Amino acid sequence: MKIHYCDALVIGGGLAGLRTAVATQEKGLSTIVLSLVPVKRSHSAAAQGGMQASLANSVMGKGDNEDVHFADTVKGSDWGCDQEVARMFVTTAPKAIRELAAWGVPWTRVKRGERSVVINTERTTITEADEAHGLITARDFGGTKKWRTCYTADATGHTMLFGVANQALKEDVDIRERKELLSLIHKDGRCYGAVVRDLIDGELEAYIAKATNIATGGWGRVYRTTTNAVICEGTGQAAVLETGLGTLGNPEAVQFHPTPIVPSGILLTEGCRGDGGVLRDVDGYRFMPDYEPEKKDLASRDVVSRRMMEHIRKGKGVKSIFGDHLWLDISILGREHIEKNLRDVQEISMTFNGIDPADEGPKGWMPVRPAQHYSMGGIRTKPTGESPDLSGLFSCGEAACWDLHGFNRLGGNSVAETVVSGMIVGNYMADYCLENEIDIDTATIEAFVEKEEQNIREIMSRPLNDDSIFDIKRRMQEIMDDKVGIFRNGEELQEAVDELQELLKRSRKVGIRYVTHASNPELVEAYRLPKMLKIAISIAYSALLRTESRGAHYREDYLKRDDANWLKRTLVRWTDPEATLPEVFYEELDIMKMEIPPAFRGYGRKGMTIDNPLSAKRQEEVDRIREELEAKGADRFEIQDALMPFDLPENYKEKNERQGVGYA
Amino acid sequence: MPDTAQNKGRMLTFEILQYNPSDPQSKPHMVTYHLEETLGMTLFVALNMIREKFEPDLAFDFVCRAGICGSCGMMVNGKPLLACRTLTKDYPDGVIRLMPMPSFKLIKDLSVVTGQWMDGMSKRVESWIHSKEEVDITKLEKRIEPEVADATFELDRCIECGICVSSCATALMRPDFVGAVGLNRIARFDIDPHDERTAEDFYELVGDDSGIFGCMTLLGCEDNCPKNLPLQEKIAYMRRKLANVKDTGGGLEIRVEG
Repeated sequence: MKIHYCDALVIGGGLAGLRTAVATQEKGLSTIVLSLVPVKRSHSAAAQGGMQASLANSVMGKGDNEDVHFADTVKGSDWGCDQEVARMFVTTAPKAIRELAAWGVPWTRVKRGERSVVINTERTTITEADEAHGLITARDFGGTKKWRTCYTADATGHTMLFGVANQALKEDVDIRERKELLSLIHKDGRCYGAVVRDLIDGELEAYIAKATNIATGGWGRVYRTTTNAVICEGTGQAAVLETGLGTLGNPEAVQFHPTPIVPSGILLTEGCRGDGGVLRDVDGYRFMPDYEPEKKDLASRDVVSRRMMEHIRKGKGVKSIFGDHLWLDISILGREHIEKNLRDVQEISMTFNGIDPADEGPKGWMPVRPAQHYSMGGIRTKPTGESPDLSGLFSCGEAACWDLHGFNRLGGNSVAETVVSGMIVGNYMADYCLENEIDIDTATIEAFVEKEEQNIREIMSRPLNDDSIFDIKRRMQEIMDDKVGIFRNGEELQEAVDELQELLKRSRKVGIRYVTHASNPELVEAYRLPKMLKIAISIAYSALLRTESRGAHYREDYLKRDDANWLKRTLVRWTDPEATLPEVFYEELDIMKMEIPPAFRGYGRKGMTIDNPLSAKRQEEVDRIREELEAKGADRFEIQDALMPFDLPENYKEKNERQGVGYA
Repeated sequence: MPDTAQNKGRMLTFEILQYNPSDPQSKPHMVTYHLEETLGMTLFVALNMIREKFEPDLAFDFVCRAGICGSCGMMVNGKPLLACRTLTKDYPDGVIRLMPMPSFKLIKDLSVVTGQWMDGMSKRVESWIHSKEEVDITKLEKRIEPEVADATFELDRCIECGICVSSCATALMRPDFVGAVGLNRIARFDIDPHDERTAEDFYELVGDDSGIFGCMTLLGCEDNCPKNLPLQEKIAYMRRKLANVKDTGGGLEIRVEG
């Protein structure tokens, strides 16, 4: 048996994993990154539109700061997020983007003088200040008060990923590709590393580390129609679930992006609407202002996706053999803008649909319909990124429920979270490695490896029956699309939970046609399938139990956000490996510690909340503290600290400089 | 909607190379499959259908399936292409012959090792910012002329798919050739004001026949690059620039990995 030893083990080579690895390696810790694919091919590369950071360089970002970004994020989350984590995030984001700039990410810059933009379908001229020339610029995105989303055309994730991956190569991080996490090695509540399968020769290996970080991204592929890459199957989260100790937070919080292109489901960035593009219906009519007079096409993603489906249900969709869809019109932005700032969108539309979106009028409109896009839920962690259940286990990025996003994530906050959480969690993880030793006997390690070998032998020994792995997988994805989608109700969710449990049972019996160890894609599908089903069941079951509507979780039979009963985070644990349902319990969110107590988001339907009496009480307290401190001449940082103190590692808590306002 | 309606229902013929170098029994051979064409069918869709219906252990690589991640380069009727954005409708006779990309180590069937090759290239050209400046990330970022940032981005769009390498005769003859991908990377850092390296520094890295002087200007790279990078122009520019570097006669030794 091969046993590899290191200080810090990072599973997942996307932006979050690589940034974590840079943090631990920089502190002198031997770090290994394991990835299913060459790391520069990770799904982070597909992030298009940009990264939120409150730099306030562009004239349209003037007045922006951490406080505004914080409020946008909390409202976006529909008060489901951990506000302490949101504060940590908004304070570090400007530092993250400046670090990336120094690492060579070629952020688009402010150019002094007049430029023409499209706002609310009108051509408008804005004037950028001389003093801002050459600093990082930003575009508009949904659910934000300011233009805050920094970008490199619409290939932002790609340039960020290459910047961070190259930095990891510079730091000589040991990166190993085509390696798959099968299970976590743990004993007495302490994680010691992982059992890993080499996807080329099929051999199992043990990786032993002082701390292990799961940064394996989202689980979008449990749905049929998703923007996610084919590797986003949630097997990292499933490995945590299969410890019987680790928990998932808010699995039911699933984001549906408004504008994937039909039928491939490939994403067209929110930057299309951020830059001034609009949604149109079968009559070519721009319908969003009727539903959302204030934010229009740029309300938060959960709201826009729902309004689109509502409009389609009213018969205003465009009929096609792939189902009804709406149009995304960016032709009004002009060819020059599209070919510079939305070129990947143009390329995708031309390649897959034969439509040039720069063509004027209906000819250039792109067919879009909401589809699964992001998992707000994931491996539950503390603000340090460590699991509350297993010591030495960390998680960050989309794989985690650090809980920056609550029940709806803002566009531009996910690539930002990858690097920001990589910086923060990477440093806490490094501290953990420096403070903790490990002692684990090889017999324990061997037992974990043997268990996985046994599992693979068992799969290979199954007799072939009429069933097929591919059929079970497709059925799971169809159920998730049809019954655990944008509009949910108790009846359909119950049906989903019932049938998914049957599929899980089938997945434990289905045989495979080729029984070789090496490079066998069918075997890979076979051992991943039960893991994916456990994730799917966790999502559907949590959605069934949450009898309210919050953010992206929308129950047609419980239309209101119920702060009186549901201001709590779902936790899921799978103790019995033979069971077909997990245990579900809850963690209360403490209103009396919130910096912004629950209120109306500013978009979406009004009057749709069941208030918690503590919200008003806390608001009074917040107002009083603010008033008292303002009277004493306190600045915004002192007031913030009085309302909700938080910690950060390194120098990440220091104030961020801004053009024209210094460190104010 | 995809303008493929006229092709719906057409029977396609796929001829796919199959070979597992790790299996001593395995010999390279072509296997033929027939599939009914669907609307807007890409090679991503077709290969997954072949795997599901006929050949569950057929090896190929896809990640993003949107032409962004660079995983799925393969030879399609003799041309290296990103399979995920190759549409079957573009093959009028309905015969599609798939082979793995040359110049990379074969894993199995259509799957090759590009990642380690690219990491070797990245380490050789030291594909990261070289700067003595201590950056304080609480302070305003360094100012960059907008046009210069755009020009850097233009070359930063490379996705390391390996298509330029598999289109390159020099790469076939010289396994240590850094490829258009490596030379483009040098050009990219040459433009980036964050990087303090000089022409002499770049000469140290690629100033020989396995680098900038190895290119025979056949320009298969330029013809096939799926991101339409200006490889011809940038290679020519860097060659002129590095040809002007005086070799100090220090006996440059260049170590090549990968």
